[in-house]
Amino acid sequence: MPTKTAEEQALLGEQDVRNVAKLARLDLRADEIVRMAAELSAIVGYVQKLDELDTSDVPPTAHVRLARVALRQDVPRPCLSHDEALAEAPRVAHEGFAVPAFVDD
Amino acid sequence: MNSWLARPISDIVAAVTRGDISAEEMARASVAAIEKKNPSLGAFLTVSADMALEQARAVDAKRARGDKLGKLAGVPIALKDALCTRGVATTCASKILTRGERGWQPPYDATVVARLKAADAVLPGKANMDEFAMGSSNENSAFFPCKNPWDRSRSPGGSSGGSAVAVAAAMTSGALGSDTGGSIRQPAAFTSVVGVKPTYGRVSRFGLVAFASSLDQIGPFAADVRGAARVLEAIAGHDENDATSLTDTVGAYESACDKSPRGIRIGVPEQYFAEGLDADVAISVRAAIEELGRAGCAIVPITLPHTAYAVATYYILATAEASSNLARFDGVRFGLRVEGARATLADMYGQTRDAGFGDEVKRRIMLGTYVLSAGYYDAFYLKAQRVRTLIRRDFERAFAEVDVIATPTSPVPPFRLGERTSDPLSMYLADVYTLPASLAGLPALSLPCAPTPARDDRPLLPVGLQLMAAPLDEERLFTVAAALEKIFPARSLPPGD
Repeated sequence: MPTKTAEEQALLGEQDVRNVAKLARLDLRADEIVRMAAELSAIVGYVQKLDELDTSDVPPTAHVRLARVALRQDVPRPCLSHDEALAEAPRVAHEGFAVPAFVDD
Repeated sequence: MNSWLARPISDIVAAVTRGDISAEEMARASVAAIEKKNPSLGAFLTVSADMALEQARAVDAKRARGDKLGKLAGVPIALKDALCTRGVATTCASKILTRGERGWQPPYDATVVARLKAADAVLPGKANMDEFAMGSSNENSAFFPCKNPWDRSRSPGGSSGGSAVAVAAAMTSGALGSDTGGSIRQPAAFTSVVGVKPTYGRVSRFGLVAFASSLDQIGPFAADVRGAARVLEAIAGHDENDATSLTDTVGAYESACDKSPRGIRIGVPEQYFAEGLDADVAISVRAAIEELGRAGCAIVPITLPHTAYAVATYYILATAEASSNLARFDGVRFGLRVEGARATLADMYGQTRDAGFGDEVKRRIMLGTYVLSAGYYDAFYLKAQRVRTLIRRDFERAFAEVDVIATPTSPVPPFRLGERTSDPLSMYLADVYTLPASLAGLPALSLPCAPTPARDDRPLLPVGLQLMAAPLDEERLFTVAAALEKIFPARSLPPGD
């Protein structure tokens, strides 16, 4: 995927907002899409301030201090019971979480 | 009874241990104070009187048996509603964790909640916040805004506004909040209490509803520095349930409060006193730094050249992480579910999330999804990660010369409710002084300094001084903060309390 230029990135149109909303699993209403296009364009315009900096020789920081992570013993231990795990589910069927029928697309 | 709630935490523990007051009396006093003050302040979403009383009676029974009491015996502590409490509603101030009137009831306690209970604290309620900790004013709560007890037309800050107000208005004696970009420090500054964001990884986040996992950290609020130190000692330390939690030994934070600050080098970065800083806040913060000089600290001008890029960096990284973390709210396992007739699975996801999330949360999920999407990842997300490295290096260089960095916590005193809600970017810019420490994973603390003077257009308002230190150097923060606390008179309760 080609990297977009600054101008292409600066403005989000309504179609861009609809595409992102689909990826984010948000069924935005029509009025939300209009408002979101304006608000996100302003924020995206602002964060392009980072382009002022030359970072070609700078490594990325994903996480601070991860070098010291301690892993726990890989041994089984008690976990939530089936009933506890299902207790807050909006809909339960056949002792599992129930979802609408779907077909992989 | 109220007077006990406003006492330093160490005094309460001593009184409960001696038997001057029972833990049950403390719990009842706290619940009564919440019931009296919460209707006008909006600091609590849930009052957990049963949980508080049950724990309090257990503490009193322990004392009656002659057992040693914990270091927070009988101390009422408020919990931000992002912390899981077994069987007690946990909503993150969001409709998506609420079905009808009922909030999600987690099947387990967060590690910090378990540790507070083990230290014999009593937990009377769940504090209001910006939805999913996204906001700097508490106005993004899906239920009701929290108000600043110093001026009820103003914001208490956010996102841990309810936790700060619980302590500021003496409804509880301490509180826990979470800080991703300033969400403990800024509300502490706005309400004249002490708030601490520990080093990234110092406190377990198991059971904290995740916002931005490379930044989130839990920390305490208290009316005094020593109280905050004691609560942090109780909750800090390794937890095998959080892979990012550090194995380093927990510091002696409370005894650090008794040390002399003499000889500690305090760095003052020019970038934090530049354009945009309120003139009254600047006067107050500079006066506090001068007092540290008189107390024997060396005051050293320093530079943190990439400070101006922190807001842009943070709002790319935090929203990217949030867009992923909040994918779990899908209407399947807990909380709200919206599903029209003949809805497909995708319809159910989209409808549930549109109905359940508020505007700011949607905005951040959208921004985060956008900066991670194909074609934009390098330009935004990777770029921000590289600038994060530059911000970290600024601090590494600074801490080669100084021990602690002192700045304002917020560029402005508490703003009016509604003043910034129509312009999301102006709200983000309010976090300019707290974001850098979050991005670098540093410990940072806010404590009250002299309030701004009353003027025609605003009353006397709290001001916070922020202190930052190198990773795991919390003890030095407490030494400097405790010294400054002796110079500035003890915080008084806001008018009307």
